[in-house]
Amino acid sequence: MWDYSEKVKEHFFNPKNAGAVVDANATGEVGSISCGDALRLTLKVEDETEVILEAGFQTFGCGSAIASSSVLTEIIKGMTLDEALKVTNQDIADQLEGLPPEKMHCSVMGREALQAAIANYRGEEWKDDHEEGALICKCFAIDAVMIEEMVWANKLRTVEDVTNFTKAGGGCASCHEDIEAILEKVLAEKGEKFDPTAAPVEAPAKIAAVKAPLTNLQRIKKIEEVLESLRPALMADGGDVELVEVIGNTAYVNMTGACNGCQMAAMTIAGIQQRLMEVMGEFIKVVPASEMAKLVNIEVA
Amino acid sequence: MTDIYLDNNATTKVDPAVVDVMIPYFLEQYGNPSSIHKFADGVARGLKQARQQVQALIGCEHDSEIIFTSCGTESNSTAILSAIKAQPNKKEIITTTVEHPAILSVCEYLEKEGYTIHRMPVDKAGRLNLESYKKLLSDNVAIVSVMWANNETGTIFPVVEMAEMANAAGVMFHTDAVQAVGKIPMMLQDTKIDMLSVSGHKLHAPKGIGVLYLRRGTRFRPLLRGGHQERGRRAGTENSASIVGLGKACELALEFIEYENTKVKAMRDRLEQGITEAIPHCFVTGDIYNRLPNTTDIAFEYIEGESILMLLNKAGIAASSGSACTSGSLEPSHVMRAMDIPYTAAHGTIRFSFSRYNSMAEVDEVLKVMPGIVATLRKLSPYWDGAGPVADPEKAFAPTYA
Ligand SMILES: Cc1ncc(COP(=O)(O)O)c(C=O)c1O
Ligand code: FES
Repeated sequence: MWDYSEKVKEHFFNPKNAGAVVDANATGEVGSISCGDALRLTLKVEDETEVILEAGFQTFGCGSAIASSSVLTEIIKGMTLDEALKVTNQDIADQLEGLPPEKMHCSVMGREALQAAIANYRGEEWKDDHEEGALICKCFAIDAVMIEEMVWANKLRTVEDVTNFTKAGGGCASCHEDIEAILEKVLAEKGEKFDPTAAPVEAPAKIAAVKAPLTNLQRIKKIEEVLESLRPALMADGGDVELVEVIGNTAYVNMTGACNGCQMAAMTIAGIQQRLMEVMGEFIKVVPASEMAKLVNIEVA
Repeated sequence: MTDIYLDNNATTKVDPAVVDVMIPYFLEQYGNPSSIHKFADGVARGLKQARQQVQALIGCEHDSEIIFTSCGTESNSTAILSAIKAQPNKKEIITTTVEHPAILSVCEYLEKEGYTIHRMPVDKAGRLNLESYKKLLSDNVAIVSVMWANNETGTIFPVVEMAEMANAAGVMFHTDAVQAVGKIPMMLQDTKIDMLSVSGHKLHAPKGIGVLYLRRGTRFRPLLRGGHQERGRRAGTENSASIVGLGKACELALEFIEYENTKVKAMRDRLEQGITEAIPHCFVTGDIYNRLPNTTDIAFEYIEGESILMLLNKAGIAASSGSACTSGSLEPSHVMRAMDIPYTAAHGTIRFSFSRYNSMAEVDEVLKVMPGIVATLRKLSPYWDGAGPVADPEKAFAPTYA
């Protein structure tokens, strides 16, 4: 089954604010029964201040859907509506200490229920602006609809193009067959033929409308943050990790203490890399700093 | 109470007697069966015996009709790909909408290569229509592949009859019997089944060992070519320990087949009856009159399967679900969709599958916790209101699609 965080389990087994709020003056209903997730969020909003006094949820869904709903109600209680509108699905996932990629849509559903409820309170109509497709790339949680749209919009032709524009396919590469199938389908609709050796399209100036790429400085800072968060676990095993250099998307690290040379070092490095990719949403390679010497030699040669 | 394992259609515990016969093949008789020295001289005999034990369980005429493979999936792929390679002019395949992905994905792949795939639908009880099946049989069909028993509902298809019909039309017949072998008696030599897939880990043998039964005289093209193992029909050094283990497991399955159809069935029946009596708005899916003795698949309306599983797991009970969420896909199980089970129920299906290792005391334990679990989740559900579902649930709660 899923590797849920303790936080997800906590909110699932002991959900907060379950049930409808009595005298609610805002209701948001989202989800789709065919997908197996549906959420009704009810709020009691103080009219003068627009502060959310109470929030309640009713959810049909899996463990992470219930946990996302529960944590959402906790996050927004006490916020003004304008503050609440700034809550992102990533905030929900972060509060839950992460969600498996297949389950990120549960946090999206939470945010959308919130937007729908606020729209309802303000007498506006809320319109869902995205459609969800089957998950294609697990490394970066990218679904089929997103890939198809990018292929159409940017005239993508190869898997490499898709990776450049959406990140999909840039990790373990096991989704490449599925990405090729999407390319074949969309290109056929446009009356073209898929050619795996086609030249790449123009370098993506507006790379991944999803998210702007990190600058080098941002990347280094982010990597340090992640390493910092992992440090306690490593120290518990008598080891430590230190960031030595970042070149492009490769992070060179020194494993010290018990981690250095221990059999687990390779596994630990793989674990760090996984975590970095999850947090940063881009492909990062983690390499022991000792490998840097080789790099220098190559560059000199 | 120790943990209760009711997920035997997913996989089973290896019988300790099976482990015992395997160990010498790791530590003593580890030689390559093709070698000529004393580390190998018992291996060929072990393999031969295992072949005969499998033969006895499925009732085939010759032990050379048994080909050892690495799993049920490999047996399925081998069967279908062999049939189309051996008969390149035939471009159609007949199967059903409720097969295991090990068949459906291969068919989907072949569809892209230009094959026509006839996926026979099922009715609300999961049954096939043999009249329409008959109409599909023709000279253009390379192979019919129909599962003997469904892994989710336990529904048994009339494969013996369907094989007769295929044979009469001159069409090759394969059955994925991964869920059936060891649970219901069979005598292949009295049938017209040409190929049949078995998987060890569903009958208390280890994972990663399977069998393809190939009726003598059936035209065949190997999937793996290489050495002369399995008479050249499946190359690769034999997994001798697992083969010997599978042999032992088949011997035990034959011994216990009556127990399976009486005692194990009684446990299943009691659980099913207890749950449907105690819990409102739930129903059993599939063809309850033609079903494996160990399986029940129950749809709990207005709640979602993964949540149920998590609460069951907390109570120390292992089962599985056809909900979308457990697989990470967006749709509930294709088997539930094929039977036209409404979405409000399809996502809440739980499969309990027994083995000879279960007991009535365990059934009682599940019956104790199940009503509470369902009630807890219904309290959270927007489709549920106090003591029953909201009036006209699909309309009362019609969320914006997200
Ligand atoms: C009906 C059916 N066919 C095939 C398989 C696959 O068998 P294996 O896991 O040995 O590849 C399974 C097991 O899940 C099954 O239930
Ligand atoms: S799943 Fe897409 S790169 Fe790993």
